[in-house]
Amino acid sequence: MIFLDHLINGLSLGSIYAIIALGYTMVYGIAKMLNFAHGDVIMIGAYIAFCGLQYWGIPPVLAILLAMVFCTLLGVTIEGFAYRPLRQATSLAVLITAIGMSYLLQNIALMIWGANPKSFPTTFINGSNIRIGQLNISSATLITIVANIVIMVTLTLFTSKAKLGKAMRCVSEDRGAAELMGINVNRTISLTFAIGSALAAVAGVLLCSSYPILQPTTGSMPGIKAFTAAVFGGIGSIPGAMLGGILLGVIEIFGKAYISTELGDAIVFAVLIIVLLVKPAGLLGKPMREKV
Amino acid sequence: MTKAKRKRLIYNLVTYALVIAAYIILQNMIGAKTISRSLKGLLVPICAWIIMAVSLNLVIGFSGELSLGHAGFMSIGAYTGAIISGWLLAAFDMQDPTLRLVLAIAGGGIVAGIFGVLIGIPVLRLRGDYLAIVTLAFGEIIRNLVNVLYVGTADGQLHFAFLNKKLPADVTMLVDGAKGAVKIKPISTFTVGFVLVMITLIVVLNLVNSRAGRAIQATRDNRIAAESMGVSVTKYKMMAFVTAAVLAGMAGALYGLNSSTVVPTQFTFNQSINVLVFVVLGGLGNVLGSVISATFLTVLPEVLREFADYRMLVYAVVLILVMIFTNNPLIRSVFGRAVAPVKGLFRGKKNSVSGGEA
Repeated sequence: MIFLDHLINGLSLGSIYAIIALGYTMVYGIAKMLNFAHGDVIMIGAYIAFCGLQYWGIPPVLAILLAMVFCTLLGVTIEGFAYRPLRQATSLAVLITAIGMSYLLQNIALMIWGANPKSFPTTFINGSNIRIGQLNISSATLITIVANIVIMVTLTLFTSKAKLGKAMRCVSEDRGAAELMGINVNRTISLTFAIGSALAAVAGVLLCSSYPILQPTTGSMPGIKAFTAAVFGGIGSIPGAMLGGILLGVIEIFGKAYISTELGDAIVFAVLIIVLLVKPAGLLGKPMREKV
Repeated sequence: MTKAKRKRLIYNLVTYALVIAAYIILQNMIGAKTISRSLKGLLVPICAWIIMAVSLNLVIGFSGELSLGHAGFMSIGAYTGAIISGWLLAAFDMQDPTLRLVLAIAGGGIVAGIFGVLIGIPVLRLRGDYLAIVTLAFGEIIRNLVNVLYVGTADGQLHFAFLNKKLPADVTMLVDGAKGAVKIKPISTFTVGFVLVMITLIVVLNLVNSRAGRAIQATRDNRIAAESMGVSVTKYKMMAFVTAAVLAGMAGALYGLNSSTVVPTQFTFNQSINVLVFVVLGGLGNVLGSVISATFLTVLPEVLREFADYRMLVYAVVLILVMIFTNNPLIRSVFGRAVAPVKGLFRGKKNSVSGGEA
C-alpha cells in the first residue's frame, strides 16, 4: 500500500513536471533556446493566483484564468524584449540572457511580495479525498493528473491539426524554409512563448496546491527538474515531455522514499547525466545530425 | 615581433603590473594601519573571487562553454582544504599556518581537478545548452552530497561516513553534515591570496596565448572547422575545463580557510551566477576585465549597503543588457558608431569611423 501511495505521489509530481516540461520543450524545439526563466514564470503565475484568492477574493477559476492571462503577456513580453534582439546571436549569449531574466523575475517578485514564504490557499482544490480500497487519493492529485492529460491531448491535437500548430512544427523543423513558405516566424515564436507561459501559470497553481509554500525561489528548482524531464523524454517532443516528466516525478518520489530524503535532488540530476550520456536525444527524441 | 604579439604582451604586462601595484599599495596601507577593518576582511575573499572569475572566464570566454557548476568546484576545494588543514593540525601537530595553508590549497586544487576530469569526460561530449544544464546539475549534486558527508579525525587517521554519523566516538569532527566544515582555524592570508592570484594569471594568460590556447579558441569559434583542421575538440575543451576546476578548487580552499565554518549553502547555484556576472561584466575572454569586475563587485555591496539589497536585481539587468548590447547587430553598429570618434581620439587616427568594428 505504501508503494502505491508513493506511486500516486510520484504520478502527481510527475504530472506537474510534465506540464512545466511542455513549456521548455516547445520553446526549445522552436526557438532553439533554453528558456531559463520558465521556472520563474511559474512562480509569478502562482503569486498572481495567490493574490487573486487571498487578497481580492475572486473565485478559483477566475484566479487561475487571471494568472494564465498575466503569464501569457509576461512570456510574450520577455520574448520580445530580451530574446528577440538575440535571434542571430550565439546560444551562449541567449542562455546568459535567459539566466539574467530568471534572476530579474525572482528579484522583482522579492520586491513585490517579500522574502517570507506565503502559504498558498489550498482549500479550493482540496475537496473530499477519494478512497479506493485502502488507497487515499487527494483531489489535488487527481486534478493534477487529469489536467495533465487534458493539456497533453489538446496540445497534440493543436500541433497536428490546427494551422498555427502546423506552422509551429514547420518553424521548429526548418526556420528558413518556413519563412520562405510565408510563415511569420517571429509571430510563431511569440505564440509558442504565449502557450508555454499560460501552461506555466497552470503548473504554478497545481504545484502550489500540492506543495503550498510560495516564495520567490519556488519556481527555480521545479523549473530545472522539468527541463531535466524534457531532456529525458527527448527535447522538442510533446509526448516525450509527458513521459519524461512522469518518469522523473516517480523516480524522485521513490528515490526520496527508498534511498535517502536528502539525496532526492541528486538522484534526479544523476538521472539527467546518465540519460545524456547513454541516449543524448532522450527517450522519444530524434537524433539530430549536424550539417556542415 | 608582430603587432598582435606586442599588443598581447603589453596587455599581459599591464594586467600583472596592476595586480602587483594593488598588492603593494594595500600592504603599505595594512602596515600603516590606514585600511578600514571591513576592507581588510575583504582582501582574501577578493583574491578568491578574482581566481574564480578568471578561471570561469577560461571556460566561458575562451572555450565558449557555459559552465554553471563552478561553485561546485569551489565547494570541493573549500571542504578539502578544511579537512586537510584540520587533519594536519590534529594528526601531525603541524603548527606552521602557512605550510598548512599551502598544502590545503594544493589538496583542494588536486581534488577539484580530479572531479573536473571525472565530470569533464562525460560532460564535454555534450554541447552548448546541455553542457550548461549538466554542469548545473553537477553543482547541485555536489551540494547534496556534502550535505550528508561526515568526516572526523582520530589517532592520526581520517574517518569518513556518508548519510549517517557512524564515526568512532572519540573523533574530532571536521565536517559535520549540514552544519558544514566546523571549527576551522582561519589561516588564509592576503599574501598567499595574492600569490595565488598571480599564479592564476600566469597560468591562464600563458595558456590562452599558447598553441593550446589558440586551439581552445578555435574550438569555440567553429567546432567543425577546428575538428577538420585536426584539432582534438574534446582534448582542448577538457584542458580548459580541468584547469579552471583546479583553480576554482584552490580558490575554494583559500576562501574556506578564511573563516571558521564552511556550510554547503555558501556554494549554491546563486554563487555560480555571481561569478558569471563578474565574467560577463568584465568581458568574455578579457582576463583583466574579470579581475577588475570581481574586485569591484565584491567591494561594492560592502561599501554601499543600499546596493547590497538590490544586488541581484542589478546583476540580472546587467546580464541581460550586456548580452543584448554586445550581440545585437543593430545596437552594436549604432553603439560602435557612437564610440568610434572617442576610440579614434585615443588611437590618434584620422579615419575614426572604421574603429567601431574593432
